Amino acid sequence: MAETALTNPGGSPARAAGWQGIADDWSSDQRAFKNVSWGKAMMWIFLLSDTFIFSCFLLSYMTARMSTTVPWPNPSKVFALEIAGHHIPLILIAIMTFILISSSGTMAMAVNFGYRRDRVRTAILMLVTAAFGATFVGMQAFEWTKLIMEGVRPWENPWGAAQFGSSFFMITGFHGTHVTIGVIFLIAIARKVWRGDFDVERRGFFTSRKGNYEVVEIMGLYWHFVDLVWVFIFAFFYLW
Amino acid sequence: MTSTAVIDGQQPSLRTHAHDTVAAGTTHAKGQQHPIRLYLVVWGWLFVLSTCSYLVDYFGLHGYLRWSLILLFMILKAGLIVAVFMHMAWERLALAYAILLPPVAVLIFVAIMVFESEYTHFIRALFFASPT
Repeated sequence: MAETALTNPGGSPARAAGWQGIADDWSSDQRAFKNVSWGKAMMWIFLLSDTFIFSCFLLSYMTARMSTTVPWPNPSKVFALEIAGHHIPLILIAIMTFILISSSGTMAMAVNFGYRRDRVRTAILMLVTAAFGATFVGMQAFEWTKLIMEGVRPWENPWGAAQFGSSFFMITGFHGTHVTIGVIFLIAIARKVWRGDFDVERRGFFTSRKGNYEVVEIMGLYWHFVDLVWVFIFAFFYLW
Repeated sequence: MTSTAVIDGQQPSLRTHAHDTVAAGTTHAKGQQHPIRLYLVVWGWLFVLSTCSYLVDYFGLHGYLRWSLILLFMILKAGLIVAVFMHMAWERLALAYAILLPPVAVLIFVAIMVFESEYTHFIRALFFASPT
């Protein structure tokens, strides 16, 4: 397989699929991820490490909730809202979920238009994604304010086990930070797309490297990951 | 996985003449080209699944039914996001397994912590629980 080295950009021989493919890719004394750029591979590896961080948070929450002898506050009641005289359980969290999923949808379409080199649509869809993200963070700020006003603290709350507050602020706070960073990241990349940096191969001011539309996909990986983490937080913290 | 078609050196998707071969969603054109429709369908399914998991709470289901439904909807949603939105379904298995297998080890951590917290709970109930 010596002839499939990196220096052979034109037609390399077809690569095996399945287990044979995995063994070939990893044992070839070359790059393991054959058709994936370093930027994308690094983003995936970063996301893997972030997966472990959020896993640890959710695990510590699970441990706290399973080991306490005091009843756990019922999230369905804690996060209920009074809308037009109706008492609807968990409605704020449901709306936040739909907003984040919608932002993932627009992001996926932005990646698609990016690869079609449709500069304007890509930038607009990314800005829409950022707007959804900012809305999400705003609703989370509202939720935090409401809970703090009701007396939830990391060390106590009016409804039950004291660990509820620390788990809640830790997990949603860390996730909200991720969303906020994602919004900033989105706006930065959207600006580059809008300006046409990837069409004229303008060099980045920080790295001095030429970018291309794959940056939008890498950005998208991060954004979808934020949505992915919310799926787990929604299931384990709010619904369980 | 029929789509080992494109192995395009280092930088996928850089060519302007990469016309949308809007064929089936499995054709791996230069740099992940899939019809927009695919994303809209997945988006719709994510909405449906989220609504379902919300309804689990709305109707106040309890016990194993509630937990298994929550887990089912969660896994389906996570799978759709990773496979389609993050394009993992079209990556080579070497990358997919390198990223997707390590988190499985977390399940062992979960098992360890379940034992640990049950023990803690037992000790607390035995010595510290105050009648409320």
